[in-house]
Parts: sequence; structure tokens; C-alpha cells
Amino acid sequence: MSVALIDYGAGNLHSVHNALKAAGAEGLAITADPDAVAKADRIVLPGVGAFAACASGLRAIDGMVEALGQRVLGDGAPFLGVCVGMQLMADAGEELGTHAGLGWIAGTVRQLPPSPGVRVPHMGWNDVIPAVDHPLIEAGEAYFLHSFAFEGDALLATTEHGGPVTAAIGRDNLAGVQFHPEKSQRYGIALLERFLTWRP
Amino acid sequence: MSVRARVIPCLDVANGRVVKGVNFVDLIDAGDPVEQARAYDAAGADELCFLDITASHEARGTILDVVRRTAEVCFMPLTVGGGVRGVDDARALLLAGADKVAVNSAAVSRPEVVSEIAERMGSQCVVASVDARRVAEGRWEVFTHGGRRETGIDAVEHALRLAALGAGELLVTSMDRDGTRDGYDLDLIRTIADRVTVPVVASGGVGKLDDLVAGIRDGHASAVLAASIFHFGEASIADAHAALAAAGIPVRS
Repeated sequence: MSVALIDYGAGNLHSVHNALKAAGAEGLAITADPDAVAKADRIVLPGVGAFAACASGLRAIDGMVEALGQRVLGDGAPFLGVCVGMQLMADAGEELGTHAGLGWIAGTVRQLPPSPGVRVPHMGWNDVIPAVDHPLIEAGEAYFLHSFAFEGDALLATTEHGGPVTAAIGRDNLAGVQFHPEKSQRYGIALLERFLTWRP
Repeated sequence: MSVRARVIPCLDVANGRVVKGVNFVDLIDAGDPVEQARAYDAAGADELCFLDITASHEARGTILDVVRRTAEVCFMPLTVGGGVRGVDDARALLLAGADKVAVNSAAVSRPEVVSEIAERMGSQCVVASVDARRVAEGRWEVFTHGGRRETGIDAVEHALRLAALGAGELLVTSMDRDGTRDGYDLDLIRTIADRVTVPVVASGGVGKLDDLVAGIRDGHASAVLAASIFHFGEASIADAHAALAAAGIPVRS
């Protein structure tokens, strides 16, 4: 088995790497090489920071978006996006202007509006409430750290922060989580373990 | 339920060793921050904070090594503060495995450092740390150098400005209360928390579990930071969670 963890300058790359190792990942490689991504059995896209910066960082690697599209959408390799890595699966993000995402799942990433009692960033442990039965997503508590959230199709789970907020999305061999499994202690490592054996 | 109140133990680290931390009896090396971080991870802390109080610039690299080793074995959010001067310091800490960086003195002399880091790495990773002393009823000033040096800057206005510049969280420490065990300066915490939409972490003065409860309930903080009650083994993270839960505050199960 090979697991490609995509290196496009995202700040949580090494934390996700450590967590995947703890979850028992074999053949785990941090890579910015589209050829390696094109051959990987499983692909993880991390991400923290601004949507636009992450989107342009990914596009700055020649051939990476094409390799991802071919391997994930074409060949059906299991894919997991984490935080901004999940948000990038959307059509667009509205952080610091409107920017195109990968367009894999219909939806837009929009700012969470603060309101009395609802602070933004949404920071801390909160519920993961499954919306459907899915082999990766179980009910539990995970660590969230974000100011923007996905609104759109293919909802797998929500959380509650002044109303329902998308916690996970996916379809077929695609999955993305808004929370940080790499920072969610046992709940997060268990999710990564399920991803490593997932056969969608 | 809603987002949980966070209990954050804070460890002072100098030259790669814990100088103020917890006395876990089963640690192989009680001065090793990674050992203590592991113990807190196992104890169910909601986040961990390292405050690097290394005096010399030459020894700064040691905190990066500590963060890197901690991130290899602890899968919990980590904030690192102390000596963060700009984007390069922040980036190095985040790449090593920190999730948030706390900016303090640098933001006193140059508040724009907060927006510089937020624009590059995202607001969610910038904690603006404000050390304040009460100078009159309802008025606090920013102090630096462990509370010894006055700046004449209004602490509430400073905190609001740093939030407006893009800080994703404010860490508010009362230098009057720090080390006293008399409880947080709740007026200070609440005055700031009620005027910003970002989360506020209460800090400085915890002596008992009720102080943690008051920080959330009366100080309107989203998280409570403490050192000595955990340091001296007087309370565990589970005790802290139980006290908060008993007061009707949502905590992790």
C-alpha cells in the first residue's frame, strides 16, 4: 500500500504525517510529485490557512491538479481532505475574494457569521454528528479550528455552532473533514485508521 | 451541544526544559516537555500551551525541537508562545507542529505583526497575548517583561486592536493575579470578551477549580488556562472538566 500526503506548503503537513503514522500507515510518503500521486493507492490532502493561498499553492505544482483528478476521480483511489484540504474539494471559496476550488463536490466555502454566543473562529472540541451512514464517519468529539465552512452537497456530518455547520463531506471514494483528525486524539487516529482500510 | 469550554495547561519551557510544569509521578524525565505533554495528552487536556521563556536568542532553536518531538507523539492542539517576533518565527513553529502561535511583546511594539502572520498563515493560528495590570477601577494597561515594565497602552483597546488586525484568539493574562492563586481578574477578562467576537482565553491567578468555572461563567472566556493547580497535582484535567460540567458548562465527555 502507498499513501501520498500532498506537500504544497500547508502548515499542518507534518502533524497529519505523524497522525497517519500513528494510525499505522504503510508506504506513507510526503510528496509534491504528480507522478507519485498518480500511482498512490490512497491520497491525503492536508491544509490550514486561507483558501486562496492553499488553492494557489496546489496549482503552483505543475501537473498536480491533473494528477489528483486522474487518480481520484478517474481511477477511484480513496481520498481524504483535511480542513482546508476538504474545503478545496468545493467549487469555490469566498475567503479574501472568490477563488475556484477543485470542483469535486458542488458547494461553496463561506465565512461563518459571528453572533451572540457564537465566536469565530470556531475553535475547540465539538460534536461530529453523522448525517448518513458512512464507513469513515462516526459520532464523537473532534477538534475544529476554522472561520469558513462548506455549504453544499454530499454532506456526511455536521456540527453545531450557531446552527448546523458542515463537519464532513464525501461521495464514492472522496471524503473530507472540516475538523482536524491529527489533533483529535483517539477519535482522530481511529478515523485515519478507518481511512487506511477503506474500500469504497 | 455547542463547542466545548477548553481547559489548557500551560508549561513554561526554558532551553528545552520545563521550568514550571506538572509533577506527574510516573514520568521518566519530569523536566522533558515532551514527557509532560504526553501525560497531559493521556489525561485528556483540550489543548496544551508551551511558553518559551528562553532568554538567549541562540537557544531559540531548542523550542522547535521540543515542538517537533511533541507533535510526533501528541495528537492534541498545541499553542506556542514566547519570543515570536514575526512571520518567520511563526512559520517555523507551525511547520514544526504547533497549531497556534502566541504573539506578545512584538505586538506591543508593532501590532501589525498580527496581521502579517494572519495574512500568511491564517487568523486561526494567531493568538494575541495581552499581559495587563489594573491601573484604576475599570482601567488596565499593557505591561511587558513579566509585568514589570509599563507601556502606558490601554489593555482593552490594545486587545480590540489586535483582534481587528486578525488575531483568531486573545490570551488575556492579569499580571496582578498571576501567581497569586486568587482567581482570574474577571472584570478584565469579561470587559475584553464582551467586546470581541473571537474566543478569549482567561489566564493568570487560578488557585482552585471554582476559578476555572468563574473564568467561563463570569469572565465569558471560551477557554481557561492554568499552570500551578495542575503543576502541584492539586487538580487533574478530569477534575477541571467535572467542575465545569457541574456548573452547566459544556465540556468534552
